[in-house]
Amino acid sequence: MSLLTVSGSPHVHEKGNVSKIMLFVIIAMLPAFIASAWMFGIGAVKVFAVSIIACILFEWLVQKFLIKGPNTVSDYSAIVTGMLLAFNVPSNLPVWILIIGAFVSIVIGKMSFGGLGKNPFNPALVGRVFMLISFPVPMTSWPKPLESASQLTDVITGPTPLGILKESSNVAEAMSNPAMPDYLQMFWGNMGGSAGEISAIALLAGGLFLLLTRVISWHIPVSFLLGATMFAGALWLADPTIYIDPLFHLIAGGMMLAAFFMATDMVSSPMTPWGMLIFGFMGGVLTIIIRVFGAYPEGASFAILIMNAFVPLLNKIKPKRFGEEVKNG
Amino acid sequence: MLKTFKLGGVHPPENKLSAHKAIEAIEAPEKIFVPLGQNLGAPSVATVKRGDKVKTGQLIAKGEAFISAMIHSPVSGTVDKIDTHIDASGYRRDTIIITREGDEWEEGIDLSADLRKEITLSPQEIVEKVKASGIVGLGGATFPTHVKLMVPDGKKAEYLIINAVECEPYLTADHQLMLEKADEIVVGVQILMKAIGVDKAIIGIENNKPDAIEHMNKSVANFAGITVQALKVMYPQGAEKQLIKACVNREVPSGKLPIEVGCVVQNVGTAFAVYEAVQKNKPLIERVVTVTGKNVSIPSNFMARIGTPVSLLIEKAGGIPEDNGKIINGGPMMGKAINSTDVPVTKGTSGILLMSEKEAKRVREYNCVRCARCTTVCPMGLEPFLLGLAGESLDWEIAEKEQVMDCIECGSCQYTCPSGRPLLDNIRLGKFKVGQIMRSRKN
Ligand code: SF4
Ligand code: SF4
Repeated sequence: MSLLTVSGSPHVHEKGNVSKIMLFVIIAMLPAFIASAWMFGIGAVKVFAVSIIACILFEWLVQKFLIKGPNTVSDYSAIVTGMLLAFNVPSNLPVWILIIGAFVSIVIGKMSFGGLGKNPFNPALVGRVFMLISFPVPMTSWPKPLESASQLTDVITGPTPLGILKESSNVAEAMSNPAMPDYLQMFWGNMGGSAGEISAIALLAGGLFLLLTRVISWHIPVSFLLGATMFAGALWLADPTIYIDPLFHLIAGGMMLAAFFMATDMVSSPMTPWGMLIFGFMGGVLTIIIRVFGAYPEGASFAILIMNAFVPLLNKIKPKRFGEEVKNG
Repeated sequence: MLKTFKLGGVHPPENKLSAHKAIEAIEAPEKIFVPLGQNLGAPSVATVKRGDKVKTGQLIAKGEAFISAMIHSPVSGTVDKIDTHIDASGYRRDTIIITREGDEWEEGIDLSADLRKEITLSPQEIVEKVKASGIVGLGGATFPTHVKLMVPDGKKAEYLIINAVECEPYLTADHQLMLEKADEIVVGVQILMKAIGVDKAIIGIENNKPDAIEHMNKSVANFAGITVQALKVMYPQGAEKQLIKACVNREVPSGKLPIEVGCVVQNVGTAFAVYEAVQKNKPLIERVVTVTGKNVSIPSNFMARIGTPVSLLIEKAGGIPEDNGKIINGGPMMGKAINSTDVPVTKGTSGILLMSEKEAKRVREYNCVRCARCTTVCPMGLEPFLLGLAGESLDWEIAEKEQVMDCIECGSCQYTCPSGRPLLDNIRLGKFKVGQIMRSRKN
């Protein structure tokens, strides 16, 4: 008989692993990707391809030559970051800027901390915000959906719903702007915006998939949307001529993308139910604050990065221990 | 309605390959190895010496400490020697080695199959009898049963809870015992109720054993106070605190015993052993052991004498499969991997599980990805990733602050972790170290 293995219990494993989780996230992003390719055409596909390849390449290089550790590309997290990064940029973004963004995401946002699991911030958001601050013009010129789908260069650009709102002095003016899509169009994704943020329905479908497969728990998406709805709702109730209704906020810009895909990044979000709820709720509130009172029309990325910084603090909220409060009955 | 505990838990594949296999008595081998350390407390002290003739059921070692247990000879024959022999811990420990000659039982032991329902002993006498019969918790914890039956002053027991959950995958010993000995078990439950002075007993069974639930329900039908509670399948429901939570919705406070919330928990196999001891005068010298595994040709439930080498049981189940990589004493979640098949069956051996080399391998380790899955499944509401980290960095202060001592070592966290972190390895180290520190502080 061969030698017996002796190791501590448990002797079985659920067989879930990081690659599997990442694969599920990739699958969940496919509906939004398809919506994006539909609306923005070949430009969107190009942005996705470049972003993913650049992320994989940077991760491989750093791991091989700087960290000198085992290959980590096989955990697919670089693909997820690449896709999320592409989701967060306009589909006509020049390729070289995107590559810089991928570099910042992977090398600075993730690998410099020690790789997957050690990064305090969502790497894709680090890359996105870097690009937004460094290249504000190309990062905020939005191709028009459908019309630009067939062009690779010289796309027709147009404003995003949130951009129109920011420029208008009151709600009535924004809504009468001919470039403003109606709610149904926005819900389906027929609006200007980043490559992956436009279709609320596609993102919801992906989010539902993540919830059903238990890749994410409900805490962050629900509290995020709740925070946004409640804060936007309070403003709206106070003065509906100046502040738009909360439904608009939910389907405009990157709200759905943020709630289901960006804020739920397991590495950079809190680890206990209450921590997650506060994180999500505050993220939603901050998003609306930045949208309404800030300099930028969209605030989800900043909101999540700010909340990422609070995670160590939020992790101090302990889960309820068994036997903590003696219940009899 | 199906009940369960509410916090955490996992549902590993059940793999009850030996379910419904009738319990088969195995003839004891020529040589039998009876370790002196067979209970959770202090090892017993041998009362026989080399060359002594012993009969089956005769006392051969005494539990002298408060938490310790008597040991009886599982066979008749001659004491070969008292020497060290390997046991499930992987170490050589003091063991009484007996050469078997026939099977001659001690006087006064009732070996008939008749059901004896009448309970004549007083509570005090029952506790004495249980003690004299060497009964320990047969679920695997091996805590001396008589100690649990002595309700401390100032505390009152309200419920007796019978653990018939058998939540470990693969194991079927308790299940089969309920199918074959339901009436005896119910008498055992009544004896235990009388001993601790309660009028309510709950037998908790997971509903993946519908036939056992039905069977037990029939047997308890005529007894007021005993109920069978069907439970939703959820690991680790067989852990004392989780079972109490599931059955009566009470939470045993951190660091306290079940009696704090008026409960005494006993395993269903223990109830049967108590029946045999009290009604039949038969000490604990044999037990049901499941021998199982995906590549085992005849997964079985055996009635084996204590001291029977594991190798014999495996042989009876079809021998060691070719690509065998691991042998586990117990179930896959909490059992101990053994390094030799010379290890004998002890009072705590509920099963022998054989795993192929492939199954025996752990998954690849990655960084912790902070996914919080370990926290979600921990039935004690702990944060295993933190405890694991504390163990890795030898930070016992954090380990203690994060309540490492509350960990019941159920393994749910490590089972779930997608990064394959060796969480429980590090937590065990933490429990050991923090335990030492806490004890030294007391002195
Ligand atoms: S920390 Fe302990 S009690 Fe919690 S899941 Fe892990 S082994 Fe079980
Ligand atoms: S389950 Fe594993 S990877 Fe997830 S938080 Fe716990 S230790 Fe980290």
